[in-house]
Amino acid sequence: MAKRIAIECSHAISLAVKLANVDVIAAYPITPQTHIVEKLSEYVANGELDAEYINVESEHSAMSACIGAAAVGARCFTATAGQGLALMHEMLFIAAGNRLPIVMAVANRCLSPNLSIWGDQSDMMGSRDCGWIQLYGENAQEVFDFTLQAFKIAEDERVLLPVAVNFDGFYVTHVIESLIALDQEEVNRFLPPKRIPKYALHPDNPTTWGPIGLPDIQTELKYQLEKALQNSKTVIKEVWKEYGDLFGRYYDVIEPYRVEDAEVAILMMGGHCGTARIAVDKLREKGRRVGLIKLRLFRPFPVEELIEATKNLKALAVVDKAFSPGGFGGPIFNEIRSVFYDLDVKPKIFGFIAGLGGRDIRVDEFMSLAEKVLKGEKIEKNFVFLQVRE
Amino acid sequence: MSQKNEFKLNLKPTWKELPIASIIPKPSTSRFYLTGDWRSFRPVIDKSKCTRCGLCWTYCPDAAITWFKDGSVEVNLDYCKGCGICAEECPVKAITMVEEGEE
Repeated sequence: MAKRIAIECSHAISLAVKLANVDVIAAYPITPQTHIVEKLSEYVANGELDAEYINVESEHSAMSACIGAAAVGARCFTATAGQGLALMHEMLFIAAGNRLPIVMAVANRCLSPNLSIWGDQSDMMGSRDCGWIQLYGENAQEVFDFTLQAFKIAEDERVLLPVAVNFDGFYVTHVIESLIALDQEEVNRFLPPKRIPKYALHPDNPTTWGPIGLPDIQTELKYQLEKALQNSKTVIKEVWKEYGDLFGRYYDVIEPYRVEDAEVAILMMGGHCGTARIAVDKLREKGRRVGLIKLRLFRPFPVEELIEATKNLKALAVVDKAFSPGGFGGPIFNEIRSVFYDLDVKPKIFGFIAGLGGRDIRVDEFMSLAEKVLKGEKIEKNFVFLQVRE
Repeated sequence: MSQKNEFKLNLKPTWKELPIASIIPKPSTSRFYLTGDWRSFRPVIDKSKCTRCGLCWTYCPDAAITWFKDGSVEVNLDYCKGCGICAEECPVKAITMVEEGEE
């Protein structure tokens, strides 16, 4: 039976991976992800998890090993962060393009330089277009549930895509939280103990994967991937509904908080939503009509749900923990601007870049940015660096 | 080439017709892809000069030359990419590369 335990968020993912009964784990240690695979290696060494644990020489090899294992039908897991994800970059596209249902945890970490082990979302945003389903969790419960759900979503015959479960380095990974942990029998009711692959490499049925793609094939192949991502949202929602019916925790692609009568909403994803929620409550005490929209799913991007959730808003304050140097603001801001451009009635959209390289975003900072947007103060630029000392 | 009937090569599939991830479902299907389409120069053999030595057959990187029992050779234009190695190697210069479209 499910029971409430205290657990480090990284270990909540390890526990979910053990309960998912993976066949192969291939990983290379990197802060702030290391605790996840450290715990998994203990499970394997102690005989608590019957899996092949491959110590690889780099993250490029970790993903390559997962690709090979997934191609023969194994259930695979890896985890990485920051530079590790960057080193994996090439293989991320291979995993998605070959439609391999690998699950990976990403403990979001700032990309160097300067050498920073601390959190922001520049690592995954650097690999934004790799074709993976991208989930962002806020706490131990979400990342535990997401990890179990990720295997089910990834392996669904209508999806067959890899899934990245993102959570903020240190602010979430290293925090000990309360978790309602499922037991093996419960997980088995939700997720089959073994992956049943529709396509797998086997000597009895030789097939070729990833052959040369001449110019007259590649467009159709890429479009196939685009359709798979777009169609996966239905399956993600189905899986979340089933999980909710079984265990009582329901999820949706976005989580609006006090948005119904709000004039302004903060929109962001990841661990800082917890702080933003406190800021919203404090502003509400002062009579300010402010809310929060937490984005759980970044790919596929939940366009319809966002339009519906924001229809009564005057303004949106999008907070990004990553940006494109020389570009037009952060990645979420860019998506949101594109979503709303064609609508006749739309909120004003402002971008804030904050929380880079592990800099905390405090409650008062969330409050002042929301107040600023609420008052309709002229914000000179479309997007601003909230915390830069000038 | 009776095997041609076993496998239908779809050169311009729609995204729905393309197998998932463009997986090739059977082995040895590359022979159904006629790479002779890539050729811009065609080897023409002057049979009066040919000594039937078989060096062109030895050197052809695409195995597009058939060497018959009587020693004579023939180019399979379905697969010849027109690289010209046979013409280069022929010790009696019996092979000429002729631009496609010309006589």
